Amino acid sequence: MTDLATYNFAYLDEQTKRMIRRAILKAISIPGYQVPFASREMPMPYGWGTGGVQVTAAILGPDDVLKVIDQGADDTTNAVSIRAFFQKVANVAVTTKTREATIIQTRHRIPEETLTAGQTLVYQVPIPEPLRFLEPRETETRKMHALEEYGLMHVKLYEDIARNGHIATTYAYPVKVEGRYVMDPSPTPKFDNPKMHMSEALQLFGAGREKRIYAVPPYTEVVSLDFEDHPFEIQHFDKPCALCGAEQVYLDEVILDDKGGRMFVCSDTDHCEDRRAHGHAGHLLAQQEAAE
Amino acid sequence: MGVQTEIHASAYAGAFTDPVFQSQSVFRALMDAMARPGTIVPLGAAAMPPAPLGAGAGAIALTLCDDGTPVWLTNALVQSSVPAWLSFHTSAPLTNLKPEARFVFIEAGGLVPGFDQFALGTQEYPDRSATLVLELASLHGGPEFVAAGPGIKSETIIAPLGLPEIFLTLWAENRALFPRGVDLILVAGTDVLCLPRTTKLRRREV
Repeated sequence: MTDLATYNFAYLDEQTKRMIRRAILKAISIPGYQVPFASREMPMPYGWGTGGVQVTAAILGPDDVLKVIDQGADDTTNAVSIRAFFQKVANVAVTTKTREATIIQTRHRIPEETLTAGQTLVYQVPIPEPLRFLEPRETETRKMHALEEYGLMHVKLYEDIARNGHIATTYAYPVKVEGRYVMDPSPTPKFDNPKMHMSEALQLFGAGREKRIYAVPPYTEVVSLDFEDHPFEIQHFDKPCALCGAEQVYLDEVILDDKGGRMFVCSDTDHCEDRRAHGHAGHLLAQQEAAE
Repeated sequence: MGVQTEIHASAYAGAFTDPVFQSQSVFRALMDAMARPGTIVPLGAAAMPPAPLGAGAGAIALTLCDDGTPVWLTNALVQSSVPAWLSFHTSAPLTNLKPEARFVFIEAGGLVPGFDQFALGTQEYPDRSATLVLELASLHGGPEFVAAGPGIKSETIIAPLGLPEIFLTLWAENRALFPRGVDLILVAGTDVLCLPRTTKLRRREV
Protein backbone atom coordinates (compact mmCIF):
# COMPACT_ATOMS: atom_id res chain seq x y z
CA MET A 1 0.00 0.00 0.00
CA THR A 2 1.18 3.48 -0.75
CA ASP A 3 0.30 6.70 1.06
CA LEU A 4 -2.01 7.41 -1.86
CA ALA A 5 -4.64 5.03 -0.58
CA THR A 6 -5.77 7.46 2.10
CA TYR A 7 -6.47 10.31 -0.34
CA ASN A 8 -8.19 10.74 -3.64
CA PHE A 9 -5.62 11.49 -6.34
CA ALA A 10 -4.32 15.05 -5.82
CA TYR A 11 -6.20 15.42 -2.49
CA LEU A 12 -9.41 17.03 -3.75
CA ASP A 13 -12.58 14.99 -4.17
CA GLU A 14 -13.95 14.57 -7.69
CA GLN A 15 -16.94 16.87 -7.17
CA THR A 16 -14.61 19.69 -6.13
CA LYS A 17 -12.33 19.08 -9.09
CA ARG A 18 -15.30 19.23 -11.47
CA MET A 19 -16.41 22.55 -10.00
CA ILE A 20 -12.89 23.99 -10.29
CA ARG A 21 -12.49 22.59 -13.81
CA ARG A 22 -15.71 24.28 -14.94
CA ALA A 23 -14.47 27.55 -13.44
CA ILE A 24 -11.14 27.18 -15.26
CA LEU A 25 -12.85 26.65 -18.63
CA LYS A 26 -15.01 29.76 -18.15
CA ALA A 27 -11.96 31.71 -16.97
CA ILE A 28 -10.13 30.81 -20.19
CA SER A 29 -13.18 31.90 -22.22
CA ILE A 30 -13.22 35.33 -20.54
CA PRO A 31 -9.54 36.31 -20.25
CA GLY A 32 -8.82 38.42 -17.17
CA TYR A 33 -12.30 38.04 -15.63
CA GLN A 34 -12.37 36.65 -12.10
CA VAL A 35 -14.64 33.59 -11.92
CA PRO A 36 -16.05 32.96 -8.43
CA PHE A 37 -15.55 29.39 -7.22
CA ALA A 38 -16.35 27.42 -4.08
CA SER A 39 -12.84 27.42 -2.64
CA ARG A 40 -12.23 24.56 -0.20
CA GLU A 41 -10.36 24.35 3.06
CA MET A 42 -6.94 22.99 2.29
CA PRO A 43 -4.49 21.42 4.71
CA MET A 44 -2.54 24.69 4.83
CA PRO A 45 -3.51 28.17 5.94
CA TYR A 46 -4.91 30.83 3.65
CA GLY A 47 -2.06 32.91 2.32
CA TRP A 48 0.09 29.87 1.68
CA GLY A 49 -1.17 29.29 -1.81
CA THR A 50 -4.48 27.49 -1.27
CA GLY A 51 -5.85 28.94 -4.51
CA GLY A 52 -2.88 27.86 -6.57
CA VAL A 53 -2.89 24.46 -4.91
CA GLN A 54 -6.56 23.89 -5.76
CA VAL A 55 -6.02 24.88 -9.39
CA THR A 56 -2.97 22.62 -9.63
CA ALA A 57 -4.84 19.73 -7.98
CA ALA A 58 -7.71 20.09 -10.46
CA ILE A 59 -5.54 20.03 -13.58
CA LEU A 60 -2.77 17.69 -12.44
CA GLY A 61 -2.45 14.22 -14.00
CA PRO A 62 -0.14 11.27 -13.38
CA ASP A 63 2.05 12.18 -16.38
CA ASP A 64 2.69 15.75 -15.29
CA VAL A 65 6.02 17.06 -14.05
CA LEU A 66 5.52 19.70 -11.38
CA LYS A 67 7.75 22.60 -10.45
CA VAL A 68 6.92 24.92 -7.57
CA ILE A 69 8.62 28.26 -6.99
CA ASP A 70 8.37 30.84 -4.26
CA GLN A 71 9.78 34.24 -5.28
CA GLY A 72 11.67 32.46 -8.03
CA ALA A 73 13.29 29.94 -5.71
CA ASP A 74 12.66 26.19 -5.67
CA ASP A 75 14.15 25.77 -2.21
CA THR A 76 12.17 28.10 0.04
CA THR A 77 9.58 26.95 2.58
CA ASN A 78 6.40 27.49 0.58
CA ALA A 79 7.81 25.87 -2.56
CA VAL A 80 9.28 22.92 -0.70
CA SER A 81 6.10 22.15 1.21
CA ILE A 82 3.74 22.45 -1.76
CA ARG A 83 6.04 20.25 -3.82
CA ALA A 84 6.13 17.69 -1.02
CA PHE A 85 2.33 17.92 -0.71
CA PHE A 86 1.78 16.92 -4.34
CA GLN A 87 4.42 14.21 -4.15
CA LYS A 88 2.50 12.77 -1.25
CA VAL A 89 -1.09 13.10 -2.48
CA ALA A 90 -0.55 12.60 -6.21
CA ASN A 91 2.76 10.76 -6.39
CA VAL A 92 3.61 13.15 -9.20
CA ALA A 93 7.07 13.67 -10.70
CA VAL A 94 8.68 16.92 -9.58
CA THR A 95 11.54 18.97 -10.92
CA THR A 96 13.31 22.23 -10.30
CA LYS A 97 14.16 22.64 -13.98
CA THR A 98 11.83 25.11 -15.69
CA ARG A 99 12.35 23.40 -19.05
CA GLU A 100 11.24 19.97 -17.82
CA ALA A 101 8.08 21.06 -16.01
CA THR A 102 4.59 20.74 -17.50
CA ILE A 103 2.94 22.59 -14.62
CA ILE A 104 4.72 25.35 -12.72
CA GLN A 105 3.02 26.66 -9.60
CA THR A 106 4.40 30.03 -8.66
CA ARG A 107 4.30 32.48 -5.85
CA HIS A 108 5.13 35.90 -7.27
CA ARG A 109 7.60 35.29 -10.10
CA ILE A 110 7.58 34.16 -13.70
CA PRO A 111 10.63 32.04 -14.57
CA GLU A 112 13.32 33.80 -16.59
CA GLU A 113 13.33 31.06 -19.20
CA THR A 114 10.63 31.59 -21.83
CA LEU A 115 7.73 29.21 -21.22
CA THR A 116 6.48 27.02 -24.05
CA ALA A 117 3.18 25.69 -25.38
CA GLY A 118 3.22 22.48 -23.34
CA GLN A 119 3.45 24.34 -20.04
CA THR A 120 0.87 25.79 -17.66
CA LEU A 121 1.80 28.45 -15.14
CA VAL A 122 -0.36 28.47 -11.98
CA TYR A 123 -0.16 31.63 -9.88
CA GLN A 124 -0.94 31.83 -6.18
CA VAL A 125 -2.93 35.02 -5.74
CA PRO A 126 -3.61 36.78 -2.41
CA ILE A 127 -5.91 39.63 -3.58
CA PRO A 128 -7.30 38.98 -7.06
CA GLU A 129 -9.21 42.26 -7.34
CA PRO A 130 -6.95 44.99 -8.76
CA LEU A 131 -9.44 47.66 -7.67
CA ARG A 132 -9.84 46.39 -4.10
CA PHE A 133 -7.55 48.91 -2.42
CA LEU A 134 -9.30 51.70 -4.28
CA GLU A 135 -12.86 50.46 -3.69
CA PRO A 136 -13.49 48.02 -0.83
CA ARG A 137 -17.04 47.01 -1.85
CA GLU A 138 -17.28 43.90 -4.03
CA THR A 139 -20.66 45.08 -5.38
CA GLU A 140 -18.97 48.24 -6.66
CA THR A 141 -15.84 46.66 -8.12
CA ARG A 142 -18.00 44.09 -9.89
CA LYS A 143 -20.02 46.91 -11.45
CA MET A 144 -16.82 48.71 -12.44
CA HIS A 145 -15.62 45.62 -14.30
CA ALA A 146 -19.05 45.18 -15.88
CA LEU A 147 -19.06 48.76 -17.15
CA GLU A 148 -15.35 48.71 -18.00
CA GLU A 149 -14.97 51.69 -15.69
CA TYR A 150 -11.29 51.74 -14.87
CA GLY A 151 -10.70 55.47 -14.45
CA LEU A 152 -9.95 54.99 -10.76
CA MET A 153 -6.95 52.83 -11.55
CA HIS A 154 -5.50 55.52 -13.77
CA VAL A 155 -6.09 58.07 -11.00
CA LYS A 156 -4.08 55.84 -8.67
CA LEU A 157 -1.19 55.66 -11.14
CA TYR A 158 -1.48 59.42 -11.70
CA GLU A 159 -1.24 60.04 -7.96
CA ASP A 160 1.95 57.99 -7.98
CA ILE A 161 3.36 60.39 -10.55
CA ALA A 162 2.09 63.48 -8.69
CA ARG A 163 3.77 62.33 -5.46
CA ASN A 164 6.92 60.67 -6.73
CA GLY A 165 7.47 61.98 -10.22
CA HIS A 166 7.10 58.48 -11.64
CA ILE A 167 4.78 55.47 -11.34
CA ALA A 168 5.93 54.03 -8.02
CA THR A 169 3.95 50.77 -8.24
CA THR A 170 6.58 48.06 -8.51
CA TYR A 171 4.65 44.83 -7.98
CA ALA A 172 1.07 43.68 -8.60
CA TYR A 173 1.22 46.24 -11.40
CA PRO A 174 -2.20 46.34 -13.08
CA VAL A 175 -2.56 45.03 -16.62
CA LYS A 176 -5.33 45.13 -19.20
CA VAL A 177 -6.07 41.78 -20.78
CA GLU A 178 -7.11 41.64 -24.44
CA GLY A 179 -8.26 45.24 -24.25
CA ARG A 180 -11.09 44.48 -21.81
CA TYR A 181 -10.49 43.43 -18.20
CA VAL A 182 -8.07 45.11 -15.84
CA MET A 183 -6.35 42.29 -13.97
CA ASP A 184 -4.02 41.90 -11.02
CA PRO A 185 -1.04 39.81 -12.18
CA SER A 186 -0.59 38.78 -8.49
CA PRO A 187 2.29 40.36 -6.57
CA THR A 188 4.91 39.55 -9.17
CA PRO A 189 7.47 42.32 -9.70
CA LYS A 190 6.47 44.49 -12.66
CA PHE A 191 9.68 43.20 -14.21
CA ASP A 192 7.69 40.06 -15.11
CA ASN A 193 4.69 41.83 -16.67
CA PRO A 194 6.05 41.81 -20.23
CA LYS A 195 6.48 38.02 -20.02
CA MET A 196 2.71 37.60 -19.67
CA HIS A 197 2.07 39.31 -23.01
CA MET A 198 1.54 36.83 -25.87
CA SER A 199 3.04 34.03 -23.76
CA GLU A 200 2.96 30.60 -25.37
CA ALA A 201 2.00 29.02 -22.04
CA LEU A 202 -1.45 29.02 -20.48
CA GLN A 203 -1.55 31.11 -17.28
CA LEU A 204 -4.03 30.27 -14.53
CA PHE A 205 -4.56 32.26 -11.33
CA GLY A 206 -6.05 30.88 -8.11
CA ALA A 207 -7.06 32.93 -5.08
CA GLY A 208 -8.18 30.57 -2.31
CA ARG A 209 -9.27 32.95 0.43
CA GLU A 210 -10.95 35.32 -2.03
CA LYS A 211 -12.45 32.39 -3.97
CA ARG A 212 -11.59 33.51 -7.48
CA ILE A 213 -10.01 31.85 -10.51
CA TYR A 214 -8.89 33.74 -13.58
CA ALA A 215 -6.84 33.00 -16.65
CA VAL A 216 -4.78 34.38 -19.48
CA PRO A 217 -4.85 32.04 -22.49
CA PRO A 218 -1.72 31.71 -24.66
CA TYR A 219 -1.15 34.43 -27.26
CA THR A 220 -3.24 36.97 -25.40
CA GLU A 221 -2.55 40.68 -25.16
CA VAL A 222 -1.49 41.70 -21.67
CA VAL A 223 -0.70 45.40 -21.50
CA SER A 224 0.57 47.18 -18.39
CA LEU A 225 -1.41 50.36 -17.72
CA ASP A 226 0.52 53.60 -18.22
CA PHE A 227 0.37 57.10 -19.66
CA GLU A 228 1.74 58.42 -22.96
CA ASP A 229 4.17 60.71 -21.13
CA HIS A 230 4.93 58.13 -18.44
CA PRO A 231 5.25 54.84 -20.32
CA PHE A 232 5.45 51.56 -18.42
CA GLU A 233 8.99 50.60 -17.48
CA ILE A 234 10.42 47.52 -15.82
CA GLN A 235 13.03 47.60 -13.08
CA HIS A 236 16.67 47.83 -14.13
CA PHE A 237 19.63 46.64 -12.14
CA ASP A 238 23.04 48.32 -12.16
CA LYS A 239 25.04 45.14 -11.77
CA PRO A 240 24.69 41.61 -13.12
CA CYS A 241 24.00 38.63 -10.82
CA ALA A 242 26.91 38.19 -8.40
CA LEU A 243 26.90 34.41 -8.85
CA CYS A 244 26.16 33.79 -12.52
CA GLY A 245 26.74 37.18 -14.12
CA ALA A 246 23.29 37.23 -15.76
CA GLU A 247 21.97 40.57 -16.96
CA GLN A 248 18.38 41.45 -17.84
CA VAL A 249 17.09 39.20 -15.05
CA TYR A 250 15.34 39.99 -11.78
CA LEU A 251 17.74 40.16 -8.85
CA ASP A 252 17.29 39.74 -5.09
CA GLU A 253 19.39 41.65 -2.60
CA VAL A 254 21.19 39.42 -0.11
CA ILE A 255 22.87 40.87 3.00
CA LEU A 256 26.30 39.26 3.46
CA ASP A 257 27.54 40.62 6.79
CA ASP A 258 26.82 43.33 9.35
CA LYS A 259 29.25 45.79 7.76
CA GLY A 260 27.00 46.74 4.87
CA GLY A 261 28.15 43.94 2.56
CA ARG A 262 25.53 42.83 0.11
CA MET A 263 25.14 41.10 -3.18
CA PHE A 264 22.51 40.94 -5.87
CA VAL A 265 21.70 37.47 -7.15
CA CYS A 266 19.17 35.93 -9.52
CA SER A 267 15.75 35.50 -7.94
CA ASP A 268 15.19 32.54 -10.29
CA THR A 269 17.39 29.89 -8.65
CA ASP A 270 17.04 27.36 -11.48
CA HIS A 271 18.10 29.92 -14.07
CA CYS A 272 21.12 30.87 -11.94
CA GLU A 273 22.20 27.27 -11.30
CA ASP A 274 21.78 26.42 -14.96
CA ARG A 275 24.00 29.32 -16.01
CA ARG A 276 26.65 28.42 -13.46
CA ALA A 277 26.60 24.82 -14.65
CA HIS A 278 27.29 26.16 -18.13
CA GLY A 279 30.40 27.97 -16.90
CA HIS A 280 29.03 31.48 -16.32
CA ALA A 281 30.43 33.12 -13.21
CA GLY A 282 29.52 36.40 -11.54
CA HIS A 283 32.11 38.53 -9.74
CA LEU A 284 31.57 37.00 -6.27
CA LEU A 285 31.79 33.44 -7.55
CA ALA A 286 34.92 34.31 -9.52
CA GLN A 287 36.48 35.88 -6.38
CA GLN A 288 35.64 32.81 -4.33
CA GLU A 289 37.14 30.48 -6.93
CA ALA A 290 40.26 32.62 -7.11
CA ALA A 291 40.60 32.43 -3.30
CA GLU A 292 40.36 28.65 -3.39
CA MET B 1 -41.87 -4.39 -21.40
CA GLY B 2 -38.93 -5.85 -23.28
CA VAL B 3 -38.04 -2.49 -24.83
CA GLN B 4 -38.27 -0.78 -21.45
CA THR B 5 -35.75 -3.21 -19.92
CA GLU B 6 -33.38 -2.65 -22.80
CA ILE B 7 -33.45 1.13 -22.35
CA HIS B 8 -32.71 0.84 -18.68
CA ALA B 9 -29.84 -1.57 -19.18
CA SER B 10 -28.09 0.84 -21.55
CA ALA B 11 -28.44 3.58 -18.96
CA TYR B 12 -26.20 1.82 -16.46
CA ALA B 13 -23.29 0.88 -18.69
CA GLY B 14 -20.80 2.92 -20.66
CA ALA B 15 -19.33 5.25 -18.04
CA PHE B 16 -15.60 5.63 -17.33
CA THR B 17 -13.87 2.53 -16.04
CA ASP B 18 -11.32 4.68 -14.21
CA PRO B 19 -13.22 7.91 -13.47
CA VAL B 20 -10.50 9.83 -11.62
CA PHE B 21 -7.84 9.56 -14.30
CA GLN B 22 -10.09 9.43 -17.34
CA SER B 23 -11.97 12.57 -16.36
CA GLN B 24 -8.63 14.26 -15.66
CA SER B 25 -7.33 13.47 -19.12
CA VAL B 26 -10.60 14.54 -20.77
CA PHE B 27 -10.51 17.79 -18.82
CA ARG B 28 -6.90 18.49 -19.78
CA ALA B 29 -7.79 17.98 -23.44
CA LEU B 30 -10.72 20.39 -23.04
CA MET B 31 -8.53 22.91 -21.21
CA ASP B 32 -5.91 22.78 -23.98
CA ALA B 33 -8.57 23.01 -26.67
CA MET B 34 -10.30 25.95 -24.98
CA ALA B 35 -6.95 27.71 -24.46
CA ARG B 36 -5.97 27.12 -28.10
CA PRO B 37 -9.15 27.60 -30.11
CA GLY B 38 -9.14 25.97 -33.51
CA THR B 39 -6.76 23.20 -32.46
CA ILE B 40 -8.17 19.70 -32.79
CA VAL B 41 -7.39 17.83 -29.58
CA PRO B 42 -8.11 14.14 -28.95
CA LEU B 43 -9.94 13.50 -25.67
CA GLY B 44 -7.88 11.15 -23.58
CA ALA B 45 -10.81 8.82 -22.90
CA ALA B 46 -14.18 7.84 -24.32
CA ALA B 47 -17.53 6.93 -22.83
CA MET B 48 -20.20 4.73 -24.35
CA PRO B 49 -23.45 6.60 -23.85
CA PRO B 50 -26.66 5.36 -25.46
CA ALA B 51 -27.23 6.51 -29.05
CA PRO B 52 -27.56 9.09 -30.44
CA LEU B 53 -25.09 10.72 -28.01
CA GLY B 54 -21.51 10.08 -29.15
CA ALA B 55 -18.46 8.79 -27.27
CA GLY B 56 -16.77 12.18 -27.03
CA ALA B 57 -19.84 14.10 -25.90
CA GLY B 58 -20.54 11.36 -23.35
CA ALA B 59 -17.01 11.69 -21.97
CA ILE B 60 -17.43 15.47 -21.68
CA ALA B 61 -20.70 15.01 -19.78
CA LEU B 62 -19.06 12.58 -17.34
CA THR B 63 -16.16 15.00 -16.85
CA LEU B 64 -18.00 18.28 -16.33
CA CYS B 65 -21.64 17.63 -15.35
CA ASP B 66 -23.02 16.97 -11.89
CA ASP B 67 -25.98 17.92 -9.70
CA GLY B 68 -24.94 21.57 -9.93
CA THR B 69 -25.24 21.80 -13.70
CA PRO B 70 -28.71 21.65 -15.30
CA VAL B 71 -28.48 20.09 -18.77
CA TRP B 72 -30.60 20.81 -21.83
CA LEU B 73 -30.96 18.11 -24.46
CA THR B 74 -32.41 18.13 -27.97
CA ASN B 75 -35.69 16.28 -28.60
CA ALA B 76 -33.88 13.33 -30.13
CA LEU B 77 -31.69 12.99 -27.04
CA VAL B 78 -34.60 13.44 -24.63
CA GLN B 79 -36.45 10.61 -26.36
CA SER B 80 -33.50 8.23 -26.14
CA SER B 81 -32.11 6.66 -22.97
CA VAL B 82 -29.56 9.47 -22.71
CA PRO B 83 -31.49 11.28 -19.92
CA ALA B 84 -31.47 8.12 -17.80
CA TRP B 85 -27.78 7.56 -18.56
CA LEU B 86 -26.84 11.15 -17.68
CA SER B 87 -28.91 11.08 -14.55
CA PHE B 88 -27.49 7.77 -13.35
CA HIS B 89 -23.85 8.61 -14.01
CA THR B 90 -23.68 12.35 -13.32
CA SER B 91 -26.83 13.28 -11.30
CA ALA B 92 -27.19 16.29 -13.58
CA PRO B 93 -30.79 17.55 -13.58
CA LEU B 94 -32.47 17.79 -16.96
CA THR B 95 -34.15 21.06 -17.83
CA ASN B 96 -36.41 21.98 -20.73
CA LEU B 97 -35.87 25.69 -20.06
CA LYS B 98 -33.00 26.74 -22.28
CA PRO B 99 -31.85 29.73 -20.16
CA GLU B 100 -31.42 27.48 -17.11
CA ALA B 101 -29.01 25.04 -18.69
CA ARG B 102 -25.30 25.19 -17.89
CA PHE B 103 -24.57 22.51 -20.48
CA VAL B 104 -26.31 21.83 -23.76
CA PHE B 105 -25.84 18.67 -25.78
CA ILE B 106 -26.75 18.48 -29.45
CA GLU B 107 -26.23 15.22 -31.35
CA ALA B 108 -24.70 15.12 -34.84
CA GLY B 109 -27.24 16.42 -37.35
CA GLY B 110 -29.52 17.73 -34.60
CA LEU B 111 -31.18 21.10 -34.97
CA VAL B 112 -29.05 23.86 -33.40
CA PRO B 113 -31.18 26.46 -31.60
CA GLY B 114 -30.10 30.11 -31.68
CA PHE B 115 -27.30 30.62 -29.17
CA ASP B 116 -29.05 33.61 -27.59
CA GLN B 117 -31.84 31.34 -26.33
CA PHE B 118 -29.40 29.91 -23.80
CA ALA B 119 -27.88 31.57 -20.73
CA LEU B 120 -25.43 34.22 -21.90
CA GLY B 121 -24.28 35.30 -18.45
CA THR B 122 -24.69 38.84 -17.21
CA GLN B 123 -22.39 41.81 -17.57
CA GLU B 124 -21.50 41.34 -13.86
CA TYR B 125 -21.23 37.53 -14.04
CA PRO B 126 -20.38 36.61 -17.65
CA ASP B 127 -19.22 33.18 -16.45
CA ARG B 128 -22.83 32.18 -15.76
CA SER B 129 -23.38 31.21 -19.37
CA ALA B 130 -24.07 27.95 -21.12
CA THR B 131 -21.45 25.72 -22.68
CA LEU B 132 -22.76 24.04 -25.84
CA VAL B 133 -21.45 20.61 -26.76
CA LEU B 134 -22.17 20.22 -30.43
CA GLU B 135 -21.50 16.91 -32.14
CA LEU B 136 -20.49 17.03 -35.78
CA ALA B 137 -19.81 14.55 -38.56
CA SER B 138 -16.19 15.68 -38.71
CA LEU B 139 -13.89 18.49 -37.62
CA HIS B 140 -12.34 18.49 -41.10
CA GLY B 141 -13.63 18.94 -44.60
CA GLY B 142 -16.31 21.55 -44.03
CA PRO B 143 -16.42 25.15 -45.20
CA GLU B 144 -13.23 26.94 -44.15
CA PHE B 145 -13.26 29.70 -41.58
CA VAL B 146 -10.39 31.89 -40.46
CA ALA B 147 -10.22 32.04 -36.66
CA ALA B 148 -8.45 34.71 -34.61
CA GLY B 149 -8.43 35.82 -30.99
CA PRO B 150 -6.87 34.92 -27.64
CA GLY B 151 -5.12 31.55 -27.77
CA ILE B 152 -4.39 31.84 -31.49
CA LYS B 153 -0.96 33.16 -32.50
CA SER B 154 -2.15 35.12 -35.51
CA GLU B 155 -4.79 33.23 -37.42
CA THR B 156 -5.76 29.62 -37.91
CA ILE B 157 -8.03 27.82 -40.36
CA ILE B 158 -10.84 25.60 -39.15
CA ALA B 159 -13.20 23.53 -41.29
CA PRO B 160 -15.75 21.69 -39.14
CA LEU B 161 -18.26 19.72 -41.18
CA GLY B 162 -21.98 19.85 -40.39
CA LEU B 163 -22.48 23.27 -38.81
CA PRO B 164 -25.78 25.01 -39.60
CA GLU B 165 -25.77 27.35 -42.62
CA ILE B 166 -26.25 30.42 -40.47
CA PHE B 167 -23.49 29.47 -38.04
CA LEU B 168 -21.23 32.40 -38.92
CA THR B 169 -24.06 34.87 -38.26
CA LEU B 170 -24.97 33.18 -34.97
CA TRP B 171 -21.34 33.22 -33.92
CA ALA B 172 -20.78 36.87 -34.87
CA GLU B 173 -23.83 37.82 -32.78
CA ASN B 174 -22.48 35.79 -29.88
CA ARG B 175 -19.04 37.40 -30.26
CA ALA B 176 -20.56 40.87 -30.22
CA LEU B 177 -22.01 40.26 -26.75
CA PHE B 178 -18.58 39.88 -25.15
CA PRO B 179 -17.93 39.49 -22.23
CA ARG B 180 -21.31 37.70 -22.30
CA GLY B 181 -21.94 34.78 -24.61
CA VAL B 182 -21.94 31.00 -24.88
CA ASP B 183 -18.86 28.85 -25.40
CA LEU B 184 -18.79 26.02 -27.90
CA ILE B 185 -17.22 22.59 -27.79
CA LEU B 186 -17.36 20.92 -31.20
CA VAL B 187 -17.00 17.15 -31.01
CA ALA B 188 -16.47 14.52 -33.69
CA GLY B 189 -15.90 11.02 -32.36
CA THR B 190 -13.45 11.62 -29.53
CA ASP B 191 -11.80 14.72 -31.01
CA VAL B 192 -12.74 18.20 -29.89
CA LEU B 193 -12.32 21.72 -31.21
CA CYS B 194 -13.31 24.53 -28.87
CA LEU B 195 -14.59 27.97 -29.72
CA PRO B 196 -14.65 30.19 -26.64
CA ARG B 197 -16.70 33.38 -27.01
CA THR B 198 -13.51 35.36 -27.69
CA THR B 199 -12.79 33.69 -31.04
CA LYS B 200 -13.54 35.75 -34.14
CA LEU B 201 -14.49 33.82 -37.26
CA ARG B 202 -14.76 34.87 -40.88
CA ARG B 203 -15.26 32.94 -44.08
CA ARG B 204 -11.99 32.18 -45.80
CA GLU B 205 -11.65 34.02 -49.07
CA VAL B 206 -10.22 31.70 -51.68
